[in-house]
Amino acid sequence: MQLTDLTMLELAAKLAAGAVSSEEATRACLERIRQVDPKVRAFLRVDEEGALVAARASDARRKAGNPASPLDGVPVGLKDIFLTEGVETTAGSRILEGFVPPYDATVVRLLKEAGLPLVGKLNMDEFAMGSSNESSAYSLTHNPWDLTRTPGGSSGGSSAAVAAREVFGALGTDTGGSIRQPAALTNTVGLKPTYGRVSRFGIIAFASSLDQPGPMTRTVGDTAALLQLIARHDPQDATSAAVETPDYSADLEGGVRGLRLGVPREYFIEGMDPEVEASVREALREYERLGATLVDVSLPHTKYALATYYLIAPAEASSNLARYDGIRYGQRAKDARGLKELYAQTRERGFGPEVKRRIMLGTYALSAGYYDAYYLRAQKVRTLIREDFTKVFKDVDAVLSPTSPVPAFKLGEKVDDPLSMYLMDVFTLPCNLAGLPGLSVPCGFTKAGLPVGLQVLGRPFDEARLLRIARAYEREHDFFLRPAPLRG
Amino acid sequence: MALTLEQVRHVATLARLALTPEEEQRFSTQLSAVLDAVAQLQSLDVEAVEPTSHATLAESLLREDVTRPSLPPEKSLANAPAKSGTSFAVPKIIE
Amino acid sequence: MPVSDFQPVIGLEVHAQLLTQSKIFCGCSTAFGAEPNRNTCPVCLGMPGVLPVLNQRVVEFAVRTGLALECTVKKTSVWSRKNYFYPDLPKGYQITQYDQPICEHGRLVIDTPQGEKVIRVRRIHMEEDAGKNVHDASGGQSLVDLNRAGVPLLEIVSEPDLRDADEAVEYLKAMRDVLVYLGVNDGNLEEGSFRCDANVSVMPKGSSTYGQRCELKNLNSFRFLKQAIEYEISRQVDVIESGGKVDQETRLWDVNKGVTRSMRSKEEAHDYRYFPEPDLPPLHVSDAAIDAAAKALPELPRAKLTRFTSQYGLPAYDARILTAERPLADFFEACAAHYADAKKLSNWFLGELMRLLKEEGTPLSALRFTPAQLAELLGAVDKGTVSANAGKDVLGEMFRTGKAPADIIAEKGLAQVSDTGAIEAVVDDILAKNAGEVEKYRAGKKQVFGFFVGQVMRAMKGKGNPTLVNDLLKKKLGD
Repeated sequence: MQLTDLTMLELAAKLAAGAVSSEEATRACLERIRQVDPKVRAFLRVDEEGALVAARASDARRKAGNPASPLDGVPVGLKDIFLTEGVETTAGSRILEGFVPPYDATVVRLLKEAGLPLVGKLNMDEFAMGSSNESSAYSLTHNPWDLTRTPGGSSGGSSAAVAAREVFGALGTDTGGSIRQPAALTNTVGLKPTYGRVSRFGIIAFASSLDQPGPMTRTVGDTAALLQLIARHDPQDATSAAVETPDYSADLEGGVRGLRLGVPREYFIEGMDPEVEASVREALREYERLGATLVDVSLPHTKYALATYYLIAPAEASSNLARYDGIRYGQRAKDARGLKELYAQTRERGFGPEVKRRIMLGTYALSAGYYDAYYLRAQKVRTLIREDFTKVFKDVDAVLSPTSPVPAFKLGEKVDDPLSMYLMDVFTLPCNLAGLPGLSVPCGFTKAGLPVGLQVLGRPFDEARLLRIARAYEREHDFFLRPAPLRG
Repeated sequence: MALTLEQVRHVATLARLALTPEEEQRFSTQLSAVLDAVAQLQSLDVEAVEPTSHATLAESLLREDVTRPSLPPEKSLANAPAKSGTSFAVPKIIE
Repeated sequence: MPVSDFQPVIGLEVHAQLLTQSKIFCGCSTAFGAEPNRNTCPVCLGMPGVLPVLNQRVVEFAVRTGLALECTVKKTSVWSRKNYFYPDLPKGYQITQYDQPICEHGRLVIDTPQGEKVIRVRRIHMEEDAGKNVHDASGGQSLVDLNRAGVPLLEIVSEPDLRDADEAVEYLKAMRDVLVYLGVNDGNLEEGSFRCDANVSVMPKGSSTYGQRCELKNLNSFRFLKQAIEYEISRQVDVIESGGKVDQETRLWDVNKGVTRSMRSKEEAHDYRYFPEPDLPPLHVSDAAIDAAAKALPELPRAKLTRFTSQYGLPAYDARILTAERPLADFFEACAAHYADAKKLSNWFLGELMRLLKEEGTPLSALRFTPAQLAELLGAVDKGTVSANAGKDVLGEMFRTGKAPADIIAEKGLAQVSDTGAIEAVVDDILAKNAGEVEKYRAGKKQVFGFFVGQVMRAMKGKGNPTLVNDLLKKKLGD
């Protein structure tokens, strides 16, 4: 057994006991990255020096009996969407190549203050637009469970790095499923917190009313521990909620006896992979055995969620990405003559096809004459989707569904078919539209050995209960112990 | 709903994207397909529904009117592709 | 049809920079005149990942202004993004208020030759200012300074209720007085912290359909506003007269040529794609906050003017000058509390005090003497302790040194002699020394009286109480 096989909490216990040092753990990650990342390609850049400096500082604190947090010294990775002071941050885009931020994202600062060595920046779909990591301008990330397949997206570098045990945990962001879908495709746990639970300050914006950062780890307990460090009110984010942070680990082992768990009929659809459905159905039966009551529920506007999302998210993105103009930072088209060319050439060359597609779509949806028919209408349907959940959560404690309709698909399979790619988010994005918390927990494998994820959705700020529900299932299976084969 | 090439060009101008003719062609096809897919929203009666523009019910958070240190100009301009003194430089703006 | 057959229709959009310490969405200073980009941070530079957090003082100022202009203050207002590309706009959008501004339906009263006129205020909203693009003289490039990016602005939009350039100027002056009185803006047109655009159209007299309007920009003085509107009215009339059509467009006032010219190059395909700003939740203003702001509202220029004429019995001319600036009006009232004759006090204000303030370039806030001391000086003049002329010197000294008037009078020996006995002795002496002149006077040459006054005053080094000197001379000369 290698050091990198430990979970975050196991490592934290060894660090606390003085059995290993953070420097050893960090070096183990760096070594593992050297071994497997040429195959996985999860990392865009590794900050070896920064991580080791942080690790040694952590060891000094541990030695002095003065750890900064329970996870002090546990090395983690960051999706390249989080701004890191002094460390290049690109959001997977050519247009930000060479951009070195002058400040840390709030969550990055919180992790640094908690003493976690930050090993490096993880690959992602460009500006988080994608479900396969294939829209990254830099490299193709491979699923550790089958290297010919996608690790999911947009936080695919994060899911792959955690699944390949290159880091003990990572942070991702989720706008329409970008934490949960890659978690489901890589046998890892991913949590998208309630909108406003975790600060967005310093995170490169995709769709501001949907984006939310969250933990990606191998176990539910690790996710709870990592969430504990970042779930804070932030005075620099006006949409951050001034809600107290509960102890997410306190009731983790509380089980599901007596809970009412909703099973929305709209989430078991035609065209869904039968093995995925079978795994999820089996998980549902498991919950019944564990003492929960399954309740058949309906979220009638689910079928409109995809269309709603694909108007709102691109509209917000078209505005959020207007700042990439080659004037204050990032790449500039060097031969541009005049201001108009500077803008149009810089953006034409700096953005990849998926980003351009969404900017075009969003610009169109907001433009004169189309706003009411597209954007405003989508916002109204968004209200209906939220109300569906509000009604259901009057009756049940959480909602269970598959995370992704299919297991990891082949790299290259859907790149030229945007609509079929967009369908990958069909079960995850309603939760973003409603601003609710959702997580994905491993629930088995297909015959081909591809991971399947179970999605748990809950009421606003009910992350603790979601974690407890996920943990009740995890405890029965320990899928997380299974190492990814790293074969293609 | 089909998006004409002319519309694609207009939107690209608004978005400041110098699309190639191939891209104009491709986006016209692809965006038309997406617009067809989202057309299903038109069937819903949303006349009496309030729009949701924010996923948060958070009260508007305000800050005190106090100054905080700015960045030193060398940091503000550290990533600038072109600068002159402590200003960002752009091609001459013609009024 | 001549110009006189057309009715101009004018509306003004005022942009007032708010007097906050920090910018609207970040903690950078709003100070003017720093080195380019000295007052910038990731937020106002539009760096990736930044988020706006609203300055509460901006809301207070907006509510205060809304109440002063008798607007409805909305309990919920919404922030929007106005999307367009320009180098001085770092995020590629301006955070502003669009379809749900904080204040609506107000009014401002102005004076016209026909009497008072109500100009309706359509809306007031808050927004962030852009930065500044300057042309680099040394090369073929432009330079971008973002110090001003994110400075808070109020935009105050009138209904098209103004009918000529003079009304527009009156409106703008009255608006500036109100904003300065409220302490929300410094009223400086030249530096651009108080700016205005004018929407101008013309229609045949008697018509009820407005003509096509043009937006005039670069109106950074009252004079330019008047000239630009008058030019634009005649230009539009000419266009119509010659069978043409006025195009809706933005026109720039060319100060040197004295004409407005089209900014067509900037007009291309503007589609601002407004949508609700997702980074800022809707703004809620509580009833309690509105009530508190209403209670704290100062008396406004117009009300104060009316009160100065009624309460103090002052002529409108005096009242207008005294109430033009709030500190002066406040100081006047503080003095009036110690001194009953308001007109006499006003004379001192309009004469000596304002001369001194102007000459010495001292702001009222730096005055070294108290209202009670000024009242004391005026009392001394009334009682004859000091002559009116010497009183002016005393005021000058008070102004420069802050010493008490009594001390200055004593130190400089400026006190008048009002002792009848002492004056009588001098009068007797002078009359005795000038028997010949006395003879002439008594013979009917009354002009010599002035000579006697002069002699007595000279003998008394100017300190004789002139009334007493006159009285005694007349008595002794047998009048």
